Amino acid sequence: MSNKSAHLFDLKEVRGRIERKDKSIRPKIMSLQDAVKQFIPSGSHVAVGGCLYSRTPTAVIHEIIRQKRADLTISRSLTGMEADLLLAASALRKVVTSWWSIGYAWGISRMMRKFVQEGKVEFEEWSHLALGLRYRAAGMGTSFLPTFSMLGTDLERTNKVEKIVCPYTGEKMLLVPALYPDVGLIHAQRADKFGNVEINGFHFMDEDIARASGQVIVTAEEIVDSDHFRNQPDRTVIPFFCVDAVVEVPYGSYPSECWNRYDADFSHFSDFSQATNEKGVNGVNEYLSKYVYGKSFQNFLDMIGTGRLVELRKSMENVIR
Amino acid sequence: MSSAKASYTKAELLAVMTSRLLEDKKTVFVGIGLPMAAALLAQLTRSPALSIIFEGGIIAPELKHGEMPLSTNEIRAGRRAMAFCDITDIFLYQQRGYIDYGLLGAAQIDQYGNINTSVIGDFHKPKVRLPGSGGANDIASSSTRVLITLIHEKRRFVEKVDFVTSPGYLTGNNSRVNSGLIFGGPFKVITDLGIMGFDQKSKRLKVEAIQSDATIQQIRDNTGFELLVADNLERIEAPTKDELRILREIDPEKVMLRGT
Repeated sequence: MSNKSAHLFDLKEVRGRIERKDKSIRPKIMSLQDAVKQFIPSGSHVAVGGCLYSRTPTAVIHEIIRQKRADLTISRSLTGMEADLLLAASALRKVVTSWWSIGYAWGISRMMRKFVQEGKVEFEEWSHLALGLRYRAAGMGTSFLPTFSMLGTDLERTNKVEKIVCPYTGEKMLLVPALYPDVGLIHAQRADKFGNVEINGFHFMDEDIARASGQVIVTAEEIVDSDHFRNQPDRTVIPFFCVDAVVEVPYGSYPSECWNRYDADFSHFSDFSQATNEKGVNGVNEYLSKYVYGKSFQNFLDMIGTGRLVELRKSMENVIR
Repeated sequence: MSSAKASYTKAELLAVMTSRLLEDKKTVFVGIGLPMAAALLAQLTRSPALSIIFEGGIIAPELKHGEMPLSTNEIRAGRRAMAFCDITDIFLYQQRGYIDYGLLGAAQIDQYGNINTSVIGDFHKPKVRLPGSGGANDIASSSTRVLITLIHEKRRFVEKVDFVTSPGYLTGNNSRVNSGLIFGGPFKVITDLGIMGFDQKSKRLKVEAIQSDATIQQIRDNTGFELLVADNLERIEAPTKDELRILREIDPEKVMLRGT
């Protein structure tokens, strides 16, 4: 068992990254360009926060594509449109996830099928809980966690996961190995300049991702004064010392939803899905040419238009009030 | 409730049948689509105190009719919920024993209730790559009673699934428990032709009831393996007008009950 774990990660190395971090309370605000340049070299394992079309760190994904990163591994609880973009940009080597498609309404992702079936990207499939426990084990600084999930199935077999006989009960348990990403990407409603982060609504796996990752980039709808957190510290979901870069990006998860801020833009997803269905990779490349290459994230939002963004804010209010 | 003959789609039939199996005062782990319609219908008919649980970390939401979520991780799924928690933690509540029912669909199912939602063909060189487990494996491993709902077709009811994504009774007899899965397991498989349980000893699929307009021969013709049949085979009451009316009020645009 120790041999196999050694192939996945070295505990001293992954802990060493945290020990060596500058934990001072210091400003970390920077541009999207600098954050990606500094923290996401090609070949990195990037954990993508949010879930499917909720709080996706879209602005950072676009910047990764603009900076032509390659050979990336991404991990995410449920993987969506962002992976289609990264695939077309030739940025991906491997996707570690429990489920991969744009969303239920749009059927099976053509991009996923094409690239996986042609062997151009590796789809490492785990159960949803198993993936969550992998991040959590890493967030705890350990190497595995026990679960009943995946026992007896082909997911156990294909992932070559170890089982044990529990020393306390004599029952069998499956041990999912920790997953230590190089960098975690979190989009949040609020952060301060030091990297204290408030997440409203669904937290998904973001807290565990922040603890598991060697470095963390946070984009936030708004940067607030630190008194916001000092006055009510229970708002802090991720504390400053986990975070390495803070970027203010209003609408930074568009076309995904951001709880209490704006709804998902379903027509944008539908148009994208239709383009990939009709034109395959070319459809995605046209999308990237129109919205990403040579453009800033603000250019992208300007093309979507203020009117549409205001509609999505109203739609959010109608649903959750 | 009135039981006059009404017309309905296969998806509506499956939603009604699933809803009837959800007892009151229980918790149910619900996926997107048909399971959601079934759970809501149950709440509005027999089981007003049934609590819905969503994968996104959502406990006991009150969904708005006509505004159905398109994922289990979005604002519409979380509307007026009693609690939110991390995704990992919602599954840990399930592993702890808090989830009475898990509702699953399937691309392929075999005679022991194993489900494939991963690949058709070889895992490493798939003919068709499907989206994957999501939470289905976890529901099949740890919820107390798993209900599986699908259209009854020979290509779906296969002797051996290409890939076991979500565990049923594995290779039958005690193999599920022997693998370490000491809790839960498939309870019923609900199709447009009938409802099946599992033989107590062999754990093979066993037809227990047939839909109002189906025959046992039809079930055999649409199954790719030999089915056991219960001695006291029951005839199921067709969806009532009330059930169909409520179902259509919940989801007038058929967001959850697309196709079939």
